[in-house]
Amino acid sequence: MIDWAAFTPGPALVGGLLVGLGAVLLMALNGRIAGISGILAGTLHGPQQETRWRRAFVLGMLVAVALFLLLAGVEPVDIVPALPESSARLLLAGALVGVGTALGAGCTSGHGVCGLSRLSLRSLLAVVVFMGVAMLVVAVLGRAL
Amino acid sequence: MRTVTAALAGLVFGLGLIVSGMVNPAKVLGFLDITGAWDPSLALVMGGAIVVTLPGYRWLQSRGRGLGGVLCQWPPAATVDWRLLAGAALFGAGWGLAGICPGPGVLLVPLAWPAALWFVVPMLAALWITRSVLQRARP
Repeated sequence: MIDWAAFTPGPALVGGLLVGLGAVLLMALNGRIAGISGILAGTLHGPQQETRWRRAFVLGMLVAVALFLLLAGVEPVDIVPALPESSARLLLAGALVGVGTALGAGCTSGHGVCGLSRLSLRSLLAVVVFMGVAMLVVAVLGRAL
Repeated sequence: MRTVTAALAGLVFGLGLIVSGMVNPAKVLGFLDITGAWDPSLALVMGGAIVVTLPGYRWLQSRGRGLGGVLCQWPPAATVDWRLLAGAALFGAGWGLAGICPGPGVLLVPLAWPAALWFVVPMLAALWITRSVLQRARP
């Protein structure tokens, strides 16, 4: 059953367009795929020219938070009212996301946005699997929020 | 210069994740909850992103180079293997448990400080450890 009260098509579409624009900018200006798990994985070590742009991208994302709070005049709690309460659940989820995206070489951005835009069969399969498993986990275990 | 352009791309990308609601785990879990009260919003986030990225990538591929002669590094055509499928399944399990994927995870550090560290620290540790194990295993 669709939860029409929760449906926010306008912000979702505008936000999605911005995400896409960010991905195109990174390819046009830096020649790189905007896969966040890959970017994060490569921030720690490697040749300086490889770690530097990745760290800059992450910094840009963090600046976006400050900019949005300032421009929209809202508090963090207005954007993210809550996280799942259980710290054990967060810890397990974080570890699974880290191992999974490293092993599968991509996440929602790398496979979902960039891979699907390149019509990559590999990415399509990855998206079907991670979205299917995530939906299954929510259906079986219930929503953490 | 490359540092500035990467930061700009990250800024726009990050704004998109915030504006779209993708950074809010409750919103993500609402999208994943197809058997319950389903919120289809995030389908529009992915759709909106692809509407820009697909033609944008096509344009860059037909140009052969990025702006200012930048060399575009497209991922090599790789085959589907067990790593891809197992990795996607593990990632999906984690995504379904908390409603957080890597991009929003980064943004949650300031937005949901300090609770977000319970997710982000193990995510980064697992990402770095798995990556280095995989690189060592490669012949």
